[in-house]
Amino acid sequence: MPASGATGERGIGGDEVQGGRGRRLAGAWRGGGRPASAPAGADGMSLPGSRSMLEVQDLRVHFATDDGLVKSVDGISFSLERGRTLGIVGESGSGKSVTSLAIMGLHHGTGADIDGRIWLDGEELVNADPGRVRQLRGSKMAMIFQDPLSSLHPYYTVGAQIIEAYLVHNQVGRKAAREHAIEMLNRVGIPQAATRVDDYPHQFSGGMRQRAMIAMALSCDPELLIADEPTTALDVTVQAQILDLISDLQQEYHSAVIIITHDLGVVAELSDDILVMYAGKAAEYGSAEDVFDRAGHPYTWGLLSSMPRLDRERAERLTPIKGTPPSLINVPPGCAFHPRCAYADRTGGRSTTEVPRLRELDPGHLVACHLTADQRLEIRGDDIKVRP
Amino acid sequence: MSSSLTEAATAGSGGAPDDALLRVTGLTKHFPVTRGIIFRQKVGAVQAVDGVSFSVAPGETLGLVGESGCGKTTTGRLLNRLLEPTSGQIIFDGRDITHLSAARMRPVRRDVQMIFQDPYSSLNPRHTVGAIVGAPLRLQKVPTEKGVKATVQELLEMVGLNPEHYNRYPHEFSGGQRQRIGIARTLTLKPKLIIADEPVSALDVSIQAQVVNLLEDLQRELGLTYVVIAHDLSVVRHIADQVAVMYLGKLVEMAPRDQLYARPRHPYTVALMSAVPVPEPVRDETGARARRQRIRLSGDVPSPLNPPRACRFHTRCWKAQDICRTEEPPLAELVSGHQVACHFPENTAPAA
Repeated sequence: MPASGATGERGIGGDEVQGGRGRRLAGAWRGGGRPASAPAGADGMSLPGSRSMLEVQDLRVHFATDDGLVKSVDGISFSLERGRTLGIVGESGSGKSVTSLAIMGLHHGTGADIDGRIWLDGEELVNADPGRVRQLRGSKMAMIFQDPLSSLHPYYTVGAQIIEAYLVHNQVGRKAAREHAIEMLNRVGIPQAATRVDDYPHQFSGGMRQRAMIAMALSCDPELLIADEPTTALDVTVQAQILDLISDLQQEYHSAVIIITHDLGVVAELSDDILVMYAGKAAEYGSAEDVFDRAGHPYTWGLLSSMPRLDRERAERLTPIKGTPPSLINVPPGCAFHPRCAYADRTGGRSTTEVPRLRELDPGHLVACHLTADQRLEIRGDDIKVRP
Repeated sequence: MSSSLTEAATAGSGGAPDDALLRVTGLTKHFPVTRGIIFRQKVGAVQAVDGVSFSVAPGETLGLVGESGCGKTTTGRLLNRLLEPTSGQIIFDGRDITHLSAARMRPVRRDVQMIFQDPYSSLNPRHTVGAIVGAPLRLQKVPTEKGVKATVQELLEMVGLNPEHYNRYPHEFSGGQRQRIGIARTLTLKPKLIIADEPVSALDVSIQAQVVNLLEDLQRELGLTYVVIAHDLSVVRHIADQVAVMYLGKLVEMAPRDQLYARPRHPYTVALMSAVPVPEPVRDETGARARRQRIRLSGDVPSPLNPPRACRFHTRCWKAQDICRTEEPPLAELVSGHQVACHFPENTAPAA
């Protein structure tokens, strides 16, 4: 990644706009609707003044089920620049995959109730024509799924599947598309790509299948790449290879990447910014340093301290987060995390009655928690060892 | 190879050999690959486990680590005879159980229980929790003092579940709670040895720690012996006393936990450890995202149908020399209690 992008372009641009992002995010929590400060156009369809690759504002994805309304995603906002990586972390059911499917327009026809705004390079997607989203999907934005064996078609050769994607979006002949597929397989490190292109998915190993998925996703030079648990099904040595590949390709194409995972190690390895999700809402949002070195949400503390780590001294006992993730039909009132939070009693009952807003701890570092800055410092001093 | 076997067998796990609860010598499982329908011909064999030897002392935990396809799960299934070993010997509690018949094996199963990886597919969805946890009592016809229900409720309490939930069905529980049900079921018959195959890998991070702590508490309270099979090196480091690393059906390294993690000797172990992502961002001088220094293995694990000759790791090893392609390195004890099968081990300089 070029140094300028890394140092200067956090958030939307300069400091001023960064603060704006913070206010806008906080606003989204307050009212539920679009806050007055949001620079959206009169029709709400364009976002003038923004040059980010992806801008998600107050996204809500609800599913009506027989048991009740499932609020899988309930007011998520973030933005992402070209060349940068956003890591979305959370437990199963926290809404991270639903968010990514909403961006890709893949909830169409599932009965999902989607609200909010998604701008891809200035183009609004939530209210866009499904045909238009279909055009963008695969060309301007692409996705890598978790399990390459079930997302590749077993009846078609790997090559045929890459060629199909390329033909749909480009006016080229079959021969040129095939050459392009071979080139892509080469690029992602598949040996003897010219012959392996005619292999079926079952003839590939797990790591090679994931490489083929990446080749397919990148075949039309997408500007936004979403990787949903790209290495969860892989062994550690292969995982390391795939993470390197994603990061190399990002530098080469200068694309924006969203990586969705439950593995904090993978996130630390790849991400510039991190969004921690809990029960469909953002618990914490900030740069990787903010979240790993200066984490402000008890849930993030819990995640960081509950995992056994190879880079630290072995702890005699792990410190788990108590309880279990909440049901999304019956989300606890107030702060959804309060039944599991070790510090909920310090908020004077607010965490059981009032939904915490996303507040700015430091510029660009947002946390949805009722604890005051002093309480947080005190807790950190007492209980939590932040970095030896 | 036979020399390496006897060596490994005598070396044991470092403890006094006769005290071991479980002793495995030269354990081998080859799955035949056949062709033809009427006239079945054996055309090859998947060498899933090939000459594995180790022992586990009572109250200890052995961690079996490796990537998928290395034979760790097959080893686990051989240990409680869910699979029939091709050769080798399994001695449990002083008794050779290698080739016991199903009927003779049945009483032994009271003492050897298994925790499975997937808490969703390992519990019968049509049975209540009470029926699931109480099933071992019924199947083994074990009389209970206070009745099945009271016994089961005691067990549920022991694993941190509400005993009132006796009549609920598995789908009413979360993944972590289901894994607790599975653990309660293994405890029903008061076993001596529990084989846990990836007990926490299907669980969320915050729940993983709960289950790991539970397993440790139960071990302390009930004096259990564990064989924990896992791919996650950090979980194994937490839970195991002895760690054995497998690659393509063979043990490549075995040592006490602290020794193995502080000074891994086999290049494969070194690479495996360095591949684990660390939850701490790395930045260069300019503050841009940087890449962690690590050993990068190329390619995938070779097929166990046709494993590489001599040292099975030589195709991916950065230290491989000619001898690695011609001569198999024996699993030898380099320092006390630390066995490595490598011609050119790492970290051999004396500790500072």
